[in-house]
Amino acid sequence: MLELLKNLAAWLTSSAQWSGPEGIATRVLEHLEYSVLATLAAAVIALPVGLLIGHTGRGAFLAVNLASFGRALPTVGLVTLVFLAGGLSVWPVYVSLVALAVPVIITNTYAGMAAVDPEVKDAAKGVGLRGRQILWQVEIPLALPLIMTGVRLATVQVVATATIAAYVSFGGLGRYVFDGLAQRDLVQVLGGAVLVAVLAVAADLALGGLTRLLFRGRPAAAR
Amino acid sequence: MTIEWGWFPDHTGELVRLTADHLATAVPAVLFGLLIALPLAVLAHRVRPLRGFVLGASNILYTIPSLAFFVLLLPVTGLTRTTAITGLTAYTLVVLVRNTVEGLDAVPARVREASRAMGTSPLRTLLTVELPLALPVIMAGVRVATVMSISLVSVASYIGYGGLGQLFTDGFQRNFPTPVIAGVALTLLLALVADAVLVSVQWLCTPWLRGASGPRRPKLRKRA
Repeated sequence: MLELLKNLAAWLTSSAQWSGPEGIATRVLEHLEYSVLATLAAAVIALPVGLLIGHTGRGAFLAVNLASFGRALPTVGLVTLVFLAGGLSVWPVYVSLVALAVPVIITNTYAGMAAVDPEVKDAAKGVGLRGRQILWQVEIPLALPLIMTGVRLATVQVVATATIAAYVSFGGLGRYVFDGLAQRDLVQVLGGAVLVAVLAVAADLALGGLTRLLFRGRPAAAR
Repeated sequence: MTIEWGWFPDHTGELVRLTADHLATAVPAVLFGLLIALPLAVLAHRVRPLRGFVLGASNILYTIPSLAFFVLLLPVTGLTRTTAITGLTAYTLVVLVRNTVEGLDAVPARVREASRAMGTSPLRTLLTVELPLALPVIMAGVRVATVMSISLVSVASYIGYGGLGQLFTDGFQRNFPTPVIAGVALTLLLALVADAVLVSVQWLCTPWLRGASGPRRPKLRKRA
């Protein structure tokens, strides 16, 4: 066990391991590319839908059920399916990562919008704000903390799951995990796993910092 | 992509076995998760300084990728079902602990004080007053944890205990979509059925919430 940890530390810190087209630095960048693009695409799809459902109050049933459907959908199965249907391209990776992130963002956005005090919305209407103004000036600012929670959760899950890119022969940190499993090289597998975990935690902390920056100067209750 | 229906009759036995396997990994994970989460949550609820630590720790567990989790456990538990169950258990903790703490928080202080004032011991208050009142929120967590576990079991197919997830590897290696479709469909079905079962269990466990709508109202209202 101790021997393994020593080997792992050596693997993680050797400079040869970090450089080059197969090095850790390249793999981290690839991993980030898949994760960032997938999360952005998911946000572009999910945020308007979540806001619309929250603003109009219609389709809440759909949102709740979509969430549990999304949680139940096995990502490995989805990526395999798209891969078999579409052949060798990077699409299966993005399709399954986006499918993973969309439900999380939609439900949290909807939850944030639903938690806005109806009296506040009434008051906004009372002082003459129109529907769109209420959405942008009242509802979204109040719902933003929960919306950001959704984006954060989705990002962490996407970073953690982007290892599947390697499953369908692409890069990213999953390369180490799958190659290591195939070569029975536990050190490499563990190295990859540790790097993914660190990246996921770092992404979570970065978005947490961003959220705090966005809400600087707001009363603590609104956070 | 076409489904070869002829594949199904030949593989019914395999599908049943894999479904059973799937449940044998997912269900213990949720049960162990509850066993660990309940005392932790009660502790976090009672001892304020521990609260941030317990919630933070379960949050960090969640950021570790599921595949990485299984792999990290390999040196400890090896290629066994224990590895799969342990990894999934850790995953359920974040939802179970958070929901149980929130459920306990939502119990009105007046109710707790009334129970104590009648001479009920703290432990009994917890077991017969607080936990039952927190049950709807706890059960919401159990439902999420169960559906998540059922979906995540397939990730354990890399270490050989993926239940229906084995079908994904199988179809992938043979470039044959039918088992993959069957695996995805059965996983979704399993999650749906498990969720429905949990809703029924909750309904059975909370007779006081049944009434026409929400909490029971005093009967006097009807006459007015």
